[in-house]
Amino acid sequence: MITRKKRVRNKVIQHVSLIALTAVMLYPLIWMLGSSFKESSQVFVDAHRIFPETWNFSNYSDGWKGFAGITFGTFYKNTFIIVTISTIGAILSSALIAYGFARIKFRFKKFWFVVMMLTMMLPFEIIMIPQYVMFNWFGWIDTYLPLILPTFFGVPFFIFLIMQFIRTIPTELDQAARIDGCNTITIFTRIIAPLVVPAMMTAAIFSFYWRWDDFMAPLLYLQSPDKYPVSLALKMFSDPEAVTNWGAMFAMTTLSLLPIMIIFFIFQRYIVEGISTSGLKG
Amino acid sequence: MGLREPEVQNQMQKNKNLPPTKKFNRKRVGREFENGMGYMFISPFIIGTVMLTLFPIVYSLYLSFTNFNLVGEADWIGLSNYQEMFTSDPMFKQALEVTFLYAGAGVPLRLVFALLIALALNKVVEAAGLYRTFLYLPSIVGGSVGVAIMWRQLFGNDGALNSVLASMGLPTHSWLGDPDTAIWTLVVLYIWQFGSSMLIFLAGLRNIPKTYYEASSVDGAHKIQQFFKITLPLLTPVILFNLVMQTIQGFMAFTPSFIITAGGPMNSTLLYILYMYRNAFQFFDMGYASALAWFMLLIIAVFTALIFKSSDRWVHYDDN
Repeated sequence: MITRKKRVRNKVIQHVSLIALTAVMLYPLIWMLGSSFKESSQVFVDAHRIFPETWNFSNYSDGWKGFAGITFGTFYKNTFIIVTISTIGAILSSALIAYGFARIKFRFKKFWFVVMMLTMMLPFEIIMIPQYVMFNWFGWIDTYLPLILPTFFGVPFFIFLIMQFIRTIPTELDQAARIDGCNTITIFTRIIAPLVVPAMMTAAIFSFYWRWDDFMAPLLYLQSPDKYPVSLALKMFSDPEAVTNWGAMFAMTTLSLLPIMIIFFIFQRYIVEGISTSGLKG
Repeated sequence: MGLREPEVQNQMQKNKNLPPTKKFNRKRVGREFENGMGYMFISPFIIGTVMLTLFPIVYSLYLSFTNFNLVGEADWIGLSNYQEMFTSDPMFKQALEVTFLYAGAGVPLRLVFALLIALALNKVVEAAGLYRTFLYLPSIVGGSVGVAIMWRQLFGNDGALNSVLASMGLPTHSWLGDPDTAIWTLVVLYIWQFGSSMLIFLAGLRNIPKTYYEASSVDGAHKIQQFFKITLPLLTPVILFNLVMQTIQGFMAFTPSFIITAGGPMNSTLLYILYMYRNAFQFFDMGYASALAWFMLLIIAVFTALIFKSSDRWVHYDDN
């Protein structure tokens, strides 16, 4: 028989070890935040300390100035343009495609579904070279088209996620709507689309943060610094050979993670659900 | 995949305001084919796949037999690129070894770590959501350029790790400068992003009926037996899914080695995709880089096939 005292002791041990674990896991992030307020010359003196001796907020204003006369204001604006347009494209097209797969009967549907599952597992890196050559023919280098356009043809992960959601909607609704005079298109626009908004939200959040983090595609396609998104600008800004102001570098690095974290804390429920139900990578 | 069905049921329960679906009705819906409609709705997918996936894959196979350099003509050179890879390119071998070490160590360690933490969190009653949120945080930011830059400073000579060691009187080390340790800083970064696997495991654990444990403890099974006889077998479908996706993701890693170590020191962190990137976009040897990409595609296909094939033996599907 487990006594009450023993149970309390177990609970305490459990929580103390979990808190210690969480602290170790979060230490790098907290350290980065602390360093962003340190005097540049103090960043690597007793580097492990989290709190600066004097709080130095000028790192942020210094860092914001960016490089080559382009401020981080431009880089954030560029990122927002890319993220917003590609997310809208991804969600709308994926919802249409998901409806087609989930509710309409057509020939060779199985075949196309298998193709979709295969493309879901095919990483971007494998086809980036021929895609680059192709977009180079089109004269799309140094434009946002290679970053934005592909999402308008649907993102397999989102198609799958929305499909799973549509399957939970009773088909009686479709039948009733058909009796009331709806056709295949209006069943989508009036019945299904409004009901899958939660799944579309989940997809939108994932799209936001994949696009925000995206580094490879901007690295390949963008050449003029005034078109850089934050990820690429940060890499240039932090090149070990070029950095002199370490405090400012930490400040801009911290700032670049802020939008993702805010989105995460606000929409956590959707993210957790998205990962647990369809294994979207985090 | 085995983990789908319970999820669908979970979501059905969530749509409580809607009438329940009856199985026999589901079959009757859409009884007639609507080919035009169907293809209209999925047309973006078909156009995109043909233009942006199928054509590029076939085209890159063609490129891999040429010496295309982006500006000149593409001359057919047969198997020369592949021959060079396997016979006279030590860097190819190096990149392959580094990538296998990275994925081979990183993927299993991340999964074990994620599973252990999921098991611990599954037991917690108070503040479980809070722990989950904060333990998931590294995963949400981990792939970004910002974290890679932070990691470089964390393990740098004057970084936080050495500073901690020094303050405890322990010897410091040039973690990123030593070819033996540099790759491990990247592996640790990979493991650190265990959050999404943890969430998938937690969802899997929640789907295991409590009655299984109650019944077995009546029969006198202790905790460790329960883990190996109940928990682990019932999680195998989730583990399979994780293993496949994470292995592919591990082979594709690029940003960490590009930003943290630039492939060095002495090419000890030259991940495969970084080597491919250099061939394509620094040496403009598109033909050779395409051969590298095709070989990687083959590796992924073989690994995925092996994992799925072996799954008959170790993946347990609950037939209820």
